[in-house]
Amino acid sequence: MSERKPLLEVDNVTLRFGGVVALDKVDFTLYEGEILGLIGPNGAGKTTCFNAMTGVYMPTDGAIRFRGQQISGKKRHKITKMGIARTFQNIRLFPEMTALENVQVGADAHNRGSVPSAMLRLPRFWQEERRGIKRAEELLEFVGIKGRTHELARNLPYGDQRRLEIARALATDPTLLCLDEPAAGFNPAEKVALLELIRKIRDSGVTVLLIEHDMRLVMGVTDRIVVLEFGKKIAEGTPAEVRDNPKVVAAYLGVPDAA
Amino acid sequence: MTDVQIKNGAPEPRGFTGKLNAMSKPGRWAAITALVALFYLMPLGWFADPPGFYNPLVTFSSDFGTVLFDAAIFVLLAIGLNVVVGFAGLLDLGYFGFFAVGAYAMALLTSPASKLITDYHWLDSPWPWLAALPVAIVITALTGVLLGWPTLRLRGDYLAIVTLGFAEMIRVIAVQSEWVLGGDRGISAIPHPPGEIGGEPIFGFVDPKPYYWLVLTVIIVVVFGVRNLARSRVGRAWVSIREDEDAAELMGVPTFKFKLWAFAIGATIGGLSGALWASKVNFMNSTTFSLENSILVLAAVILGGAGSIPGAILGGFLVAYVPEWLRGLGGFLGLDINTTEYRYLIFGLVLIVMMIFRPQGIWPNRRREAEIKDRQKEVAVGE
Amino acid sequence: MDFSELFRNFPELTTTGLTQGAIYALVALGYTLVYGVLRLINFAHSEVFMVGTFAAMWTWNALGFNQNLSPSGVLISAGVLIAGLLAAVAVSSATAVAVELTAYRPLRKRNAPPLAFLISAIGASFVIMEIIGIATDRAPYGNMPELVSNKPLFTILGAEITPVQIVIVVGALVMLVGLDWFINNTRLGRGVRAVAQDPDSAALMGVNKGRVIGLVFLLGGVMAGVAAVFANLKYGFTKFNLGFLFGLKAFTAAVLGGIGNLRGAVLGGLLLGLVENYASALVGTQFRDLVAFVVLIAVLMFRPTGILGESLGRARA
Repeated sequence: MSERKPLLEVDNVTLRFGGVVALDKVDFTLYEGEILGLIGPNGAGKTTCFNAMTGVYMPTDGAIRFRGQQISGKKRHKITKMGIARTFQNIRLFPEMTALENVQVGADAHNRGSVPSAMLRLPRFWQEERRGIKRAEELLEFVGIKGRTHELARNLPYGDQRRLEIARALATDPTLLCLDEPAAGFNPAEKVALLELIRKIRDSGVTVLLIEHDMRLVMGVTDRIVVLEFGKKIAEGTPAEVRDNPKVVAAYLGVPDAA
Repeated sequence: MTDVQIKNGAPEPRGFTGKLNAMSKPGRWAAITALVALFYLMPLGWFADPPGFYNPLVTFSSDFGTVLFDAAIFVLLAIGLNVVVGFAGLLDLGYFGFFAVGAYAMALLTSPASKLITDYHWLDSPWPWLAALPVAIVITALTGVLLGWPTLRLRGDYLAIVTLGFAEMIRVIAVQSEWVLGGDRGISAIPHPPGEIGGEPIFGFVDPKPYYWLVLTVIIVVVFGVRNLARSRVGRAWVSIREDEDAAELMGVPTFKFKLWAFAIGATIGGLSGALWASKVNFMNSTTFSLENSILVLAAVILGGAGSIPGAILGGFLVAYVPEWLRGLGGFLGLDINTTEYRYLIFGLVLIVMMIFRPQGIWPNRRREAEIKDRQKEVAVGE
Repeated sequence: MDFSELFRNFPELTTTGLTQGAIYALVALGYTLVYGVLRLINFAHSEVFMVGTFAAMWTWNALGFNQNLSPSGVLISAGVLIAGLLAAVAVSSATAVAVELTAYRPLRKRNAPPLAFLISAIGASFVIMEIIGIATDRAPYGNMPELVSNKPLFTILGAEITPVQIVIVVGALVMLVGLDWFINNTRLGRGVRAVAQDPDSAALMGVNKGRVIGLVFLLGGVMAGVAAVFANLKYGFTKFNLGFLFGLKAFTAAVLGGIGNLRGAVLGGLLLGLVENYASALVGTQFRDLVAFVVLIAVLMFRPTGILGESLGRARA
């Protein structure tokens, strides 16, 4: 951990909607190869922060840099191509596509062939299509839903839909994968399996940002944790440090902040 | 091999498509080839008018070949609009405007009576047909891009009204008689496609059949191109845009680019059909390009089933053929059924009725059908 | 570009522009009302306006007045005018409500996608246009009496003002102020605003959404009916496809002012009327119809929320 390379820098980001301050000078850095947890009570601004990072919202103030490059203001699909992929808190698959096709859409992000090559079935089309299918099949196996390859996304069981979202995001070949409450609605056994999957993703070389409010899940898997409350960062550190931080305890137990 | 791999991604469709797919691959190709051959043979004398018995297919009151040609033009238009409305989910209400652009471009470039030659002196002599056709198509495609660029970023309902306005503006320009398009006086002496057999030109004034065959051939080529697109990265992008545009964008789909492609491809096909039409009719003026025709093409796509290529073909054929056929049947039975007068009324009703009772169309695309059914299950609040 | 034309006729172009704009504004209100509540462009609204012009004309004909026989005396003229007004308002609002009941309500019940509403709307527009087209042989009709004089009454700043212009502008303003008051101060109006802001909570708070929707169609129809009579007074001529271009312009007016915003529709209508007249003095009257379209594209590109913003409800759907 001595020579950590910063991957994503959230630099004093403020985000206002009208009069409401959703994020207030949030500032943290994500290093290559780590699993960072972003936690906080409901409405703390976790998903907003996430949306700012993936280009859904423009920060009112401050900057977000990915590998030193500004990303705020860039087009969303360009940000994806730069290497940031995400899943959604409320699953947003393409329901009438099969699992394979969903993942293929992700894999298409790096395909360069467009209308002419597809219309004329040029060699590049076949090459990219074959590669996309192969990659998609590998990823479906990687997340553990190989048996569902040809089923429609909307017919998959809930847990498999979450896994499919992860596969689709991985298909865009990200360096940073952002998971928005991936364990929501999971039973303990499923959560354990998910932890396993997240570690596996990290070990394959992908940095992971995990939004979660299940504390135990976050403690079990993350290297470091950032805690948000009311749009402000109130703590940052290793799981153990954060767990013992009185501000975090207060925020989670609902005790009014004495300070 | 790879083709099979790609296709088996989609679940089994039902209905007509299901029956076709249930056949073995050679069987399917045989069926399609037979159908295509039937279409080629349709206008021939012994087929259209077999001696000795009544052929229910033939339209009596107008020349069968001409009806088939018109139907083929509508089929081509429906296939093009289907890319825009059916695949990409963009409502284009002025689609006939692109037909007009293609037709006028062709006429202006090739006719010796073109004002570009006689009044403006931009051209010294008319262009040869084969050189003008691609230029006319490119002009239409550019028109599509120019119109789509500012408007495709907007919400769908704005796009609908802008395209509606676009078609009307083309008409407003076309009726200016002192302008290049010639208004009611129009443009005459538009040349026919080249080619001759034994000294006789293939494409003449009297016989509509060669034109029908030409358009039919173009349709086959276009269907292949469009089908290839639908089963590719581009088609997947269109589906993802239709189902969840935000999610698509965040998964790296350049949504604007693919919407613009859909719009441009639609425009190109519209321009192509306009150019082909212009080189058959020989004379055209501003009265051809009324709003009604845009709506007729839309009705064809909706009736057949948005998003489905066979649906668009069926819809385009029905919209152009059924009114003529009914008129012919009326004549045969001694009734005066004025279908030209009522057909716009009827197809307006068709749009409403289809939207209420069968929004997926007669020959639906499986995926679109499911998208619609899914929505119906979520009951609206407060009704 | 002929600037001398513009300067020479500036006063007159302004008064004509305002008169025309007042009619656009009345029609634009119909688009804006429905849009504010349903987030839907009611394509058939142009035909709601068109049927009004025929209803008024036929009423006048039925009373025995036509292009050759105008009523004499102010009172009789006013009476005939009001009869036409009542007929146009009744027919237009009935048509508007009929469109809602047949083309939109069944789709809402089935939770159809937005595209379906637009297609059904264009279908409805077409059906109405064709019914009138078939009934009138697609011919232009100019068989209207001169109910309000077209002769200049007095001159202000070089502009000759005619009684027709006064009737139209004053009449339109009365309707606009009345509508504004109705939406802002009555119980029904509150319902409209509630549904516009948040349909689901309004429904939960006991607002009858179906009735509110019916009401906005009705109000839009009333405005279109009045506009139809004014158009008859001004142009003295109608045709089955008159609504199409007129509707496109009124819609442009609504977008220009900020669709969903009542006052915006009025502002947009007047502005469009002026711009159209000034511009056609510059580029020639034969291209007057292109002006609205260019304005529409420009507004959508540079300020899609219009001058006053979309206000009846949320900013964006």
